[in-house]
Amino acid sequence: MMADALPNPSTAHLLSPKWLTARARAGSGERGNALRLVFLAVFGFGFWSFIFFMLYRLLRYFRGVQEIGPLLAGKLLGLILVGFFSILMLSNIITALSSFFLARDLDLLASSPVDWLNLYMAKLAETLIHSSWMVVLMAIPMFAAYGVVYSGGPFFPLIVLATFLPFLIVPTVIGSAVTLLLVNIFPARRTRDILSVIAVLSAGGIVVMFRLVRPERFARPEGFRSLVDFITILRGPTSPLLPSEWVERAVMSWLNVRTDLLPYYLLWSTAAAAFVLGALLHRWLYAKGFSKAQESGQRVVQSGRLAHVSRTILRPFGIVRRELVMKEVRLFFRDTTQWSQLILLAVLVMVYVFNIKFLPLRGTGMTFFLVNAVPFLNLVLAGFVLASVAARFIFPGVSLEGRTFWLLRSSPMSMKELLWSKFWVGTLPLLVLALAIVGVTDYLLQVSEFMMAVSIFSITMMTLALAGLAIGFGTLFPQFETENAAQIPTSFGGLVFMMTSIALIGAVVVLEARPVYTYLSAQAFGTPSTTRDMFIGFGTAALLCASATLVPIGIALKRLENPG
Amino acid sequence: MIELRGLTKRYGSFTAVNNIDLSVPRGQLFGFLGPNGAGKTTTLRMIAGILRPTTGTVHIGGIDIATQPTAAKSKLGFVPDRPFIYEKLTGAEFLRFVAGLYNQDGPQIEHRARELLALFDLEEWRDELVESYSHGMRQKLIISSAFVHRPEVIVVDEPMVGLDPKAARILKDLFKEYTRRDHTIMMSTHTLEVAETMCDRIAIMQGGVIRAAGTMAELRANAEAGTAGLEEIFLRLTGENAARALVDVLNA
Repeated sequence: MMADALPNPSTAHLLSPKWLTARARAGSGERGNALRLVFLAVFGFGFWSFIFFMLYRLLRYFRGVQEIGPLLAGKLLGLILVGFFSILMLSNIITALSSFFLARDLDLLASSPVDWLNLYMAKLAETLIHSSWMVVLMAIPMFAAYGVVYSGGPFFPLIVLATFLPFLIVPTVIGSAVTLLLVNIFPARRTRDILSVIAVLSAGGIVVMFRLVRPERFARPEGFRSLVDFITILRGPTSPLLPSEWVERAVMSWLNVRTDLLPYYLLWSTAAAAFVLGALLHRWLYAKGFSKAQESGQRVVQSGRLAHVSRTILRPFGIVRRELVMKEVRLFFRDTTQWSQLILLAVLVMVYVFNIKFLPLRGTGMTFFLVNAVPFLNLVLAGFVLASVAARFIFPGVSLEGRTFWLLRSSPMSMKELLWSKFWVGTLPLLVLALAIVGVTDYLLQVSEFMMAVSIFSITMMTLALAGLAIGFGTLFPQFETENAAQIPTSFGGLVFMMTSIALIGAVVVLEARPVYTYLSAQAFGTPSTTRDMFIGFGTAALLCASATLVPIGIALKRLENPG
Repeated sequence: MIELRGLTKRYGSFTAVNNIDLSVPRGQLFGFLGPNGAGKTTTLRMIAGILRPTTGTVHIGGIDIATQPTAAKSKLGFVPDRPFIYEKLTGAEFLRFVAGLYNQDGPQIEHRARELLALFDLEEWRDELVESYSHGMRQKLIISSAFVHRPEVIVVDEPMVGLDPKAARILKDLFKEYTRRDHTIMMSTHTLEVAETMCDRIAIMQGGVIRAAGTMAELRANAEAGTAGLEEIFLRLTGENAARALVDVLNA
C-alpha cells in the first residue's frame, strides 16, 4: 500500500523491531541456548516456588487468626505494593532516560515522519516493559498465594490484571515525565547531574515512605496500648493517596467477597489522567529535550587534582598497571550507562541499612540466638548485594574491552596485567561497600565482638571470591558485541555467575554455622567449645574463597592467552 | 528543495554552526566539504530534524521542519555518519521497518527492497541477522534504507566510508541517476575526488561557517586557483596547508 496522506507509522510499527528482536533472540540457535532455557526455567521456577510457599504459609497462618487475620493479610499486601511502587518509580525514571533520550534507535525515529503521540506511546510501552518486568515476575507468585489461600476463584487473575495494569502505568508515566523535566532543566547532556538528583530524591523519598508506613510496628503488637488500638491502625488506610493502597483495597475486597468499585475507578482514572498529562508534557517539551540530550555535554574534560593524586599513588605499580587502572576508573565514571544502576542499588542499600535499625530485636521473646542469627542472615543478604554489584560492574569488564582488544593484544602488555588490574579496580570499591554494609548494620544491630569479627572476616573473603568469579565468568562468557554494559549481566554467563555466587555464599555460611553455633552455645550456656571446630570451619571457608578467587582468574587467563 | 536560513547551533559558549544560509535546488547533487569538526554533521543533523537549531530555519520542499516536522520529514531520507541498525533484525526486515516509518508497505516495497539488496550484492544476506553483517555490508544496507521509500531529498553523511570499490561505483551511479530523476541529494564527504566528479555544486565549511559555495568553476574563481583541482582549492580556502613543520613534529 502506498499512502498519499502524511505518513503516520503506528505505535505497533514503532515497537515491531523490539518484538522481532525478541523473537530472533528466542529463535536463534546460539550455542548453549537450550542449556540457558533449562537454567532459566529451573531458576525461575525455584524463585517463584520460594516466594509462593513463604507467602502461602504466612497467609494460611493469618487466615487462622480471628478478626485481625484478613486485616494483617491486607496490610502485608499494601506494604509489598508500596515497596513495588517505590522501585517502579525509581526504575522508570532511570529507564525513561535511556529509552526516551539515549537509545540508539532514536536518531532513526527522530529523522522519520513519526507522529509525537505514537512515539510517546511506543517509548512509554518500552519504558514500562523494561522497568516493570521484574516487579511483575515477583508479583505473580505473590498474587497466586493470595488467590489460593483466600480462594479467589477463576476470575481472580482478571481482577489482578485490572488493578495491576494501571498500577504499572502510573509510575511509568510519572517517571517518564520527571525525566523529561530533568532533561529540560539541566543544560545539555548533564546526565550525571540528572542522575545525582534522582539518587538524592529517590533515597529520601523511599526512606520517608517506609518511615511513614513503619512496617516493623505490625510485628510488635505489644507496642500498642490495646488490641483495639492495633485493630484501628490495621483497619485504617496506610497511604490512602498511593495507587498501592487502591490495588490492595480492590484485591482484598474481592477476596473477602465484598464489592468495592472505587479503587478500580481511582486506579484507571488516575492512570488515564496521568497518561493525558504525560502526553501533553511530552508534546510540549520532548523535541527540545531530545535535541538537548544530543548535545554531547562535557566537551572538555580536565585532568584535575584527583588525576594527579591517583597518578602519584599508583606510581609504585609501574606505568602499565597505572595506566590500566586509570583507564578503568575514567571509563567507568564517564560512561553513564555504566553507573546509572548504581543509584538504584545505593538507594536499596540505604533502605536496607535504614530498616535494619528498626528491626524489633530487643524486648521479650527475642532469644540470644535470634539476636545473633540476624547478623548471620545479614551476611547472606550482604553477599547477595555484593554478588549483584559484581555482576553489574566487574563481570562486564572483559566484554567491554571487546572492540579495543586489538590495541591491548597488539601491545607488549600481558593479559595477566589486564585481568589483575580489572580485579583490583573492581574489588577495592566492592570491599569498601561490603565492609560499610556489614559494619554499619552490625553496629546498628549491636552484635557481639565475636560476631563482628566473623562478619568482617567472612565478607572480606567472600568479596575477593565474588570478584574472582566475576572476572573469571566474565571472560569465559564474553559479550563483545554488546555496547550497553547494563545488558551484559543478564546474559547466560551472568546467570551462571549469579548462581555460582549464591552457591558460594551458601557454602561459606554453612561451613561457618557450626563453629559459630558452638562458640555462641559456649558463651550462653557454658557448653564445651573447641578451637578445632573453629579452624576447620573458618579454614575451609577461607580455602574455598581463596580457590574461588584464584582458580577462575587462572582459567580466564588461559582463555585470553589462547583465544582459540 | 533544501533551504537553510541563518542556521546557528551553539553548545554553551561554543558555536558549532554560525548563521549559515544555503539553498539546494531540486535535482541537484550537493557536496558538503570541510575539515574535521567544521560543523558538517551538526548541520546535516539539523536538516534531518534530530537537532534543533539555536536560531534559524530549515525548510525541506518549502516546509519548515520545526513547525511541520512530520510533513517535512516525509520528504526526507537520512543516512547518519554512525548509523544504527537493529542487530537482531534481518536486512529485509530492517528495510521493511524503515519503509513502514514512511507509511509504505506491500509488494512494491518488497520488490524495491529486493532490487536494492541485489544492487549492493546483499540478496543472499537478506534473511540473515544484521549482527552477522560486515561494516561495509551495514553501510550498503543503511544506504538502501534511504532509497527504499523514494524520498524527494536524501541527506547523507559520509556515504563512501567502508564501501568496496564496486559498491562505491554503484553508489555514485545511483546518486547520479537519482538526481537525474529530479530528486535531491546532499552529501558530506572527505573524498574530494568523489565530490569533484559527482557533485553539481559544492560548499566548503570551516569553523561553523561556509567559506565558499558553488560549482567547481565558481570555487576556482573564489580561491583564485586557476585550473587547480578540488584538493588545492580546499586547502587554500581552509588554510589547512599551513601545516606544522613535519620536522618539528617528528623531533618532538
